[in-house]
Amino acid sequence: MEYLLNLGILFSIYGVLALSLNMVVGMAGLLSLAQAAFYGIGAYATAIGMTELGLNFFVSLGLGAVINIVAAGIVGRILSRWKSDYYAVVSMGFSIIVFSVLLNWKELTRGPLGIFGIPKPSIFGYSIDTNLGFLMLCLFILGIVFGIYRWIDRSSFGRAAKAIREDEQLAQVMGYPTRRIKSILFGLSAVVAGVAGGLFASYIAFIDPTTFQVKEGIFLFTIIIIGGLASSRGAVLGALILLSLPEVLRFIGLPFSIAAQMQQIIYGSALVLMMVFKPKGFLGKYRM
Amino acid sequence: MSVSMSTLPRAIETKGLTKTFGGLRAADALSIYFPSGVATGLIGPNGSGKTTLMNLLTGTLEPTEGSITISGKTFEVIEPDMLRDLKIARTFQDGRLVNQLSVEDNLLLAIASVGTRAGLGEIGIAGYGARVDAMLKKIHLEAHRGANAEDLSYGQRKLLELGRAIIQDADIYLLDEPFTGLFPAVVEQVAELLGELKRAGKTLVIIEHNIGLIRRLADNVIVLDHGQKLAAGVPEDVLKNKRVQEAYLGV
Repeated sequence: MEYLLNLGILFSIYGVLALSLNMVVGMAGLLSLAQAAFYGIGAYATAIGMTELGLNFFVSLGLGAVINIVAAGIVGRILSRWKSDYYAVVSMGFSIIVFSVLLNWKELTRGPLGIFGIPKPSIFGYSIDTNLGFLMLCLFILGIVFGIYRWIDRSSFGRAAKAIREDEQLAQVMGYPTRRIKSILFGLSAVVAGVAGGLFASYIAFIDPTTFQVKEGIFLFTIIIIGGLASSRGAVLGALILLSLPEVLRFIGLPFSIAAQMQQIIYGSALVLMMVFKPKGFLGKYRM
Repeated sequence: MSVSMSTLPRAIETKGLTKTFGGLRAADALSIYFPSGVATGLIGPNGSGKTTLMNLLTGTLEPTEGSITISGKTFEVIEPDMLRDLKIARTFQDGRLVNQLSVEDNLLLAIASVGTRAGLGEIGIAGYGARVDAMLKKIHLEAHRGANAEDLSYGQRKLLELGRAIIQDADIYLLDEPFTGLFPAVVEQVAELLGELKRAGKTLVIIEHNIGLIRRLADNVIVLDHGQKLAAGVPEDVLKNKRVQEAYLGV
């Protein structure tokens, strides 16, 4: 039971992350590799807020959101002149910078030692210290983010974003301020990824910088490409598939040392096969 | 007639408009105007600068020099996202649509709110249903409203692109080869739609190679060659002009 609860919590967190990435990659065609950075900033803000500053979990989440808005505001404005290759390279650069800061600003983050003893959230004095309670919280937040995604997806703002992903100049000719639309989606996506980071930090109770490297951003990319680009359900399905995969490998009795290697090979192969045979992913509404 | 053209208000006027690509002068000190409420044919051989001019007028290219006056306001640079407010709609030679969006969404794109808050407040077809229905009927795409634009035939794409411009209810329409490659029956449909725009008093600029269609639709013609204005005036006069015949008609 605890095993399933654990899986459910991680699935919800990755669902939130995948939805956040689909807000930029799927909706607007922005190839962002910055997601791990915002995830990390959210996680560290929550960790430091709760341990060092003694703040409530939700206040710490807010702190992470504010930092992410500022960071995404600056980076997003620079990125907003591009969309694809340049976007990917520059956003990856940002992600590398954030990782280095987390690793080297030891006074703040304790560097490679990481931060431990991160408490569980509490609401109105009631502490969410069971896995079931935590799962409920995660599912609740996943539901909210899912709702936000759907709302934008069906709105005129979302339609403009979808025009941008294919032909930004045409969207401009239709009257849309495309750079602003791209910046807004980037900022929103950063805040959502930060919330996922906060949940992760509080759940695992220990974080160190290695979780928030560029490769985590690439893993999230894999999730939405397999699950479905530009689809809310696709993002959630992708998270479900890719998080279940290691469990399945373990279940069929592969020794851990082999399973860990197999996992990477399977992810990689799945990505290649998907691009060749099903470029929209399972539930996707857009192919790159 | 040509005297009366010059007395009409000017929807668009350019002064010394120049665009150079390296050594090539794609627009060479163009000072021309498009009279308000008139259909002007923009003609000239391939590479004469017709599409370049249209790109300069819509901000999809930045001029090297010169100015553009639209409905009385003068600009040195036009940004494409200003066009909606300037009440200018345009179509493209290659029929640009958002391929992975539905026919309906392609039309909605042209009329939905552009602001963030207003845009987030409009869900789905919002209050635009009647306008979209009417336009789909007009361009004969009612049966395809949910289809992706990429699944349409070439003729349907051209009609959808024209419909997307018309539904904007702009004052000025810049149309880059709206007839090229169309089946004769579809040519008639497009001609009919352009006739309606004329009757509604819209300003039209039509790039077209077919002189028969120009004679039929345009009341005014501007001939470009090597980025320069070769002639301008009513079609009968301009098409009789010796230099035009040499440069363009090859007779």
